[in-house]
Amino acid sequence: MKKRILQLCATAAGIAVGLTAFTASAATTLETVKARGKLICGVSMSTPGFATADAKGHMQGFDVDVCRAVASAVFGDPEKVDFVLTNINTRFQALQSGEIDMLSRQTTHTFSREVSLGLDFGPTVFYDGQGLMVPKSLGVNSAKELTDAAICTLPGTTTAQNLSDFFRSIGGKFELVVFESPDENRNAFFSGRCEAISSDRSDLASIRAVANNPDDYVVLPETISKEPLAPSVRQNDSNWRDIVSWSVWMLMAAEERGITQANVDEMAKSQDPEIQRMLGVSEELGKMLNLDNKWGYNIVKGVGNYGEVFERNLGTKTALGLTRGPNTRWSEGGLLYAPPFR
Amino acid sequence: MSLFYDARIRAFLYQTIAIGAVVFVAWMMFSTASANLAKQDIATGFGFLARQAGFVITETAIAYEPTDTFGRAILVGIANTVKVSALAVFFGTILGVLVGIGRLSHNPVLSRLMLAYVEALRNVPLLLYLLLWYSLIISVFPPVKQAIEMLPGVFLSNSGLVMPAMRWASGLEALVIALVVGTVAAVVVTRVLTRRRIATGKEMPVATIAAFAILLPLTLTLLSADISVSLDVPELGRFRLTGGYHVRPEFVALLIGLTLSASANVAEIVRAGIQAVSKGQWEAATALGLPRSRTLKLVILPQALRIIVPPLTNTYLTVFKNSSLAIAIGYPDLVMVSNTIMNQTGQAIEAIAIFMAVYLGLSILISLVMNWYNARVALRER
Repeated sequence: MKKRILQLCATAAGIAVGLTAFTASAATTLETVKARGKLICGVSMSTPGFATADAKGHMQGFDVDVCRAVASAVFGDPEKVDFVLTNINTRFQALQSGEIDMLSRQTTHTFSREVSLGLDFGPTVFYDGQGLMVPKSLGVNSAKELTDAAICTLPGTTTAQNLSDFFRSIGGKFELVVFESPDENRNAFFSGRCEAISSDRSDLASIRAVANNPDDYVVLPETISKEPLAPSVRQNDSNWRDIVSWSVWMLMAAEERGITQANVDEMAKSQDPEIQRMLGVSEELGKMLNLDNKWGYNIVKGVGNYGEVFERNLGTKTALGLTRGPNTRWSEGGLLYAPPFR
Repeated sequence: MSLFYDARIRAFLYQTIAIGAVVFVAWMMFSTASANLAKQDIATGFGFLARQAGFVITETAIAYEPTDTFGRAILVGIANTVKVSALAVFFGTILGVLVGIGRLSHNPVLSRLMLAYVEALRNVPLLLYLLLWYSLIISVFPPVKQAIEMLPGVFLSNSGLVMPAMRWASGLEALVIALVVGTVAAVVVTRVLTRRRIATGKEMPVATIAAFAILLPLTLTLLSADISVSLDVPELGRFRLTGGYHVRPEFVALLIGLTLSASANVAEIVRAGIQAVSKGQWEAATALGLPRSRTLKLVILPQALRIIVPPLTNTYLTVFKNSSLAIAIGYPDLVMVSNTIMNQTGQAIEAIAIFMAVYLGLSILISLVMNWYNARVALRER
């Protein structure tokens, strides 16, 4: 008896010490990542185009490439990253608890998330909006006609709430059917339990791509919300946030400047001062981020520029078949605008 | 020092240390968690319960609008959880008793069939069955536009069963009160009359008097109160059947899954309980000339009940807790509603604390009720 109580006390003390130790750990994310030798990045579970494993188990997708860009910036190697498949409900906890170093998971940047969840968002990597998809046979041309329809969704703040707001604004009602798993959600829609399925437009494209016959489904024209998808990091680690943000901007600036995965070696010889700064030929931008000075070169060499990443994973030649839409350079009427590298 | 050798004092001391250690660890975890959350600027506290929820819950056992609060949304989740578990316990018990008795039948086909039923249900995870029932419902039944009209106004489709509903404009409360009063009166009258019959041997038409006791307040209310009710018949709109009462496939799949799994467990408990009654009881009843069915009903089951009730409590608790698998097939139970709230507010610890407290509280309630019932049926030793 006495022995067991001693054990109990020892355990309690152990836990207490452990907790205190956890509180006291204050290494920066960059230090942790470097010491570990690889980046740990939270991505979606099997979303074609954004994060899926190919036949060999190699992760691919748009969100995945954002992680690889950061890994290239830190280590000069896009493969030095482990992916954690995060659930829609626990994604922020995974980041808060330090299980992952960054979250790159089709996550909408919103006020309440940034202010109350202990996160900082990086730049928007994909300008999305919530849409609705219906079978063509339903003969519906506008979301406004969907009053009284059943709509399948995943649980999530923006999705369910935007639908509620949309139907309240047009004075209609609808039946909401919420599924925890993306597979059940798709199956319920394809088997006709719901007339419509609602999600971000990019995600709808991804759902449509796995349908037996994608041409039977049509995404309605309305975009009922703004969904700027952005990577996020833990709050109060300015250096790490800068690294993630400027890695994303590096992808965009590289496209603006015509630097591609194929010509990056040639471009390094360019006389343009900004390209020289970006690729680490002149000045010490990388050092200022506590990174290798060739960080920009490594990103483009590792994953290419924004346009290449987009076309490879989401573009018109892929199953998703997305056009660039708003996700094109500001100079061509899009919303991508990287701050200057100087 | 001699005090330490007093067994009672020593036990007290040990227990105090143990409780102290538990409280200390809990306090450490709580304070570390709040300190860490505060350091990371993560909002804490239960203030969010009073904020507007803003999301739709389709299946609501109590009235709810998206303009209601998060607190109200949680109540809806609790009501949905209680609704489906209570029904599953009710049907599961009836089905389970029948299957359990069938297991002991002298008819080999029946007993083997029941064995197969029990084993098939007990040996596959409930989650798989839920997905199976749900997929069956949504893929076997036709889409809503080709709904099968079983009776006028009753439609069956892969969006569930829709039937006409009574919409009470007024008078429902009065009728419910009248029904409760009548039932209580009927129970009291029956008891009094039965006691009198036992004491004096005088027969009274108990059933007629009880029926009268129930019907009288109902009739009086119907005649006096202002009652207006309309029949809401479902109509096929552009996409859906609107109006009427909807039994949704998510609810049905969950109810079927929970009921069947409960029935398999109950069947085994009932079988074990019956077999535990000594063979002499059967023989004695047969010697008295009781037929098998009456032996079972009057002699065996009352004794078996004493053995059956404690493990039955366990099964009921399992059904209640398993109802949280609802989340896989889209039934908005407590866990699903809490998850949505967690996602909207980001306050995971609070939301999980709430649903844990609710599950704990309701589980204890079930245990208390079952213990009370157990004490009633237990052998009274004199």
